[in-house]
Amino acid sequence: MPQMNMVQAINDALRLEMRRDSRVVILGEDVGKVGGVFRVTAGLFDEFGDDRVIDTPLSEGGIIGAAIGMALYGLVPVPEIQFSDFIFPAYDQIVSELAKYRYRSGGEYPAKIVIRTPVGGGIRGGHYHSQSPESLFIHVAGLKVVCPSNPADAKGLLLASIRDPDPVLFFEPKRIYRAAKGEVDEGDYTVPIGKAAIARDGKDVTVIAWGAMLYECLEAANQAAEQGVDVEVLDLRTLWPLDIEAIVASVKKTGRVVVVHEAPKTCGLGGEIVALINEKAFLHLEAPPARVTGFDTPFPYTLENEYLPLAHRILPTLLETARY
Amino acid sequence: MTTTLPKSDELSLDLYRQMHTIRRFEEEAARAYAQGKIGGFLHLYIGQEPIAVGASSVMRPDDYLLTTYRDHGMALARGMSPRAAMAELFGKVTGCSKGLGGSMHFFDVEHSMLGGYGIVGGHIPIAAGTAFASKYRGEDRVTLVFFGEGACSIGDFHEGLSLAALWKLPIVFVCENNEYSMGTPMSRTMSVEDVSMKALGYGMARDRFFVESVDQVREHLAEAIERARTLSEPTLVEIRTYRFRGHSMSDPGKYRTPDELEDRKKKDAVLRARAELVDEKGLKEAVEKLEAEVEEVIADAVRFAEESPEPGIELLEATTYSGEFAR
Repeated sequence: MPQMNMVQAINDALRLEMRRDSRVVILGEDVGKVGGVFRVTAGLFDEFGDDRVIDTPLSEGGIIGAAIGMALYGLVPVPEIQFSDFIFPAYDQIVSELAKYRYRSGGEYPAKIVIRTPVGGGIRGGHYHSQSPESLFIHVAGLKVVCPSNPADAKGLLLASIRDPDPVLFFEPKRIYRAAKGEVDEGDYTVPIGKAAIARDGKDVTVIAWGAMLYECLEAANQAAEQGVDVEVLDLRTLWPLDIEAIVASVKKTGRVVVVHEAPKTCGLGGEIVALINEKAFLHLEAPPARVTGFDTPFPYTLENEYLPLAHRILPTLLETARY
Repeated sequence: MTTTLPKSDELSLDLYRQMHTIRRFEEEAARAYAQGKIGGFLHLYIGQEPIAVGASSVMRPDDYLLTTYRDHGMALARGMSPRAAMAELFGKVTGCSKGLGGSMHFFDVEHSMLGGYGIVGGHIPIAAGTAFASKYRGEDRVTLVFFGEGACSIGDFHEGLSLAALWKLPIVFVCENNEYSMGTPMSRTMSVEDVSMKALGYGMARDRFFVESVDQVREHLAEAIERARTLSEPTLVEIRTYRFRGHSMSDPGKYRTPDELEDRKKKDAVLRARAELVDEKGLKEAVEKLEAEVEEVIADAVRFAEESPEPGIELLEATTYSGEFAR
């Protein structure tokens, strides 16, 4: 199998599905001739033409609104929002319209689109190019939310997302767009939505993460191992619906849990995960569930490596939780 | 539609000094970026300097200005010190936003510069808000808001114009149309390339010109500012311009041909201003003197930025809310 990075794997999935299904179209800012600001749609314009790979003006509300209309007419649009920080002009379209079509049509008529968007920190983008807004969408009933951590999952999850009957927000961690590499099957396959993966097997403490921070958790786990603490690392892959079975199984095994995410702590997904663990595995807990997250502040330009929950911030919490 | 303004040698030299300062500032910023001293994004204004300098020179010090993420030139033209600007790029606590904003997010209340904005078009309705407040309080402050042609397809642009026309606000909407919405030319994003025509739908005054000199910018914008200040009526001004660098430092700009770029550089209004001062007015000595002074100012700014400390982590929360509270 060929080696790919995240960008190549996502590009491969888009190409494969556009060849397979003529209903699939891409639209967004600079996605066509330019091939995307991160080059994710490179080459698709040349292969599929400008009626399937559509350059749009800077108009996020228009992009998502138009994509919803296309979906209602039977197409399968995969719009790109250039940075997830730019999604807020389209928030009304996503929250008020996209998430509610199935409901308002009595379960008959979903607006099936997959919104791809780069997420998270790691490129010193400051407060408008670094945020992680996943919990704002998880909070909205009717949407599914996916965030892969490696190229093979990125391709399989994107193909699953495009074929899934519900609208999906597909967050692509930009910090590892090119840094995460791995073998990727050239053929057609899917990775199921709603299924987590055990990235590292361990028995003392469970750490739950996704996207770019998975690698920081693995690094912290290796450092903890040197101090005699055996860490299990769970890669959520799908943020909603959560694989609560996998989470509970791991917590029952270790009795201790740390959740790591880039987004601010307050009302972040970590809070919901901890609440669910309390509800479902309270009597198995040996220590208070802990969170290592971004701060409750805007995303800073200069202090990025302090703000992000990198290994140096994760390790002390892992040890503390393990030894509680 | 222009206003005739006095034009002395002293003024011409000062306008050239400001344009040259912005250009040299950004050339040094680009160098520092290449050396890894500046992180994130760096969008250079090189080629568009006559607009910032011309506009600022016909604004009152208390007139509000809001602009895009391509904001260094506007901030310097309004009076931000090169030290504070360069330190912000370097992410230092001595920067205009304590190093927490960076290149795209300059802010300088002292000089009525209410920010560079990283969300395209997001600031346009905010500018309508400052203009509304000025009128509501019976003051004659004018707001100038700058944006690129890419912003004219964003809903916020239309919402801002709509309110400004409806409420007859003292505001000037200035579209710096540099022909490329990041990497995509106007022809691929706009059905009508005359941006000023968008004013017609709102019954708003409009103006449009291809920038050739800072004096021309001054004359056109003075007219629009006067309309805002005395009649409290908005104007949409489209200034056709061109940036000589990529969208940002990470953009090689391959969507433009070398011929196109060279052709536009021949019309560089900053170099033409210099040539006019040196060749036509015989002010070579004065020009070279001010250029030497600018070199010192820029070198000082770089040195200051390099030597300044980074902000402490406690600033993050301290700058987010007015006080601390337990969580």
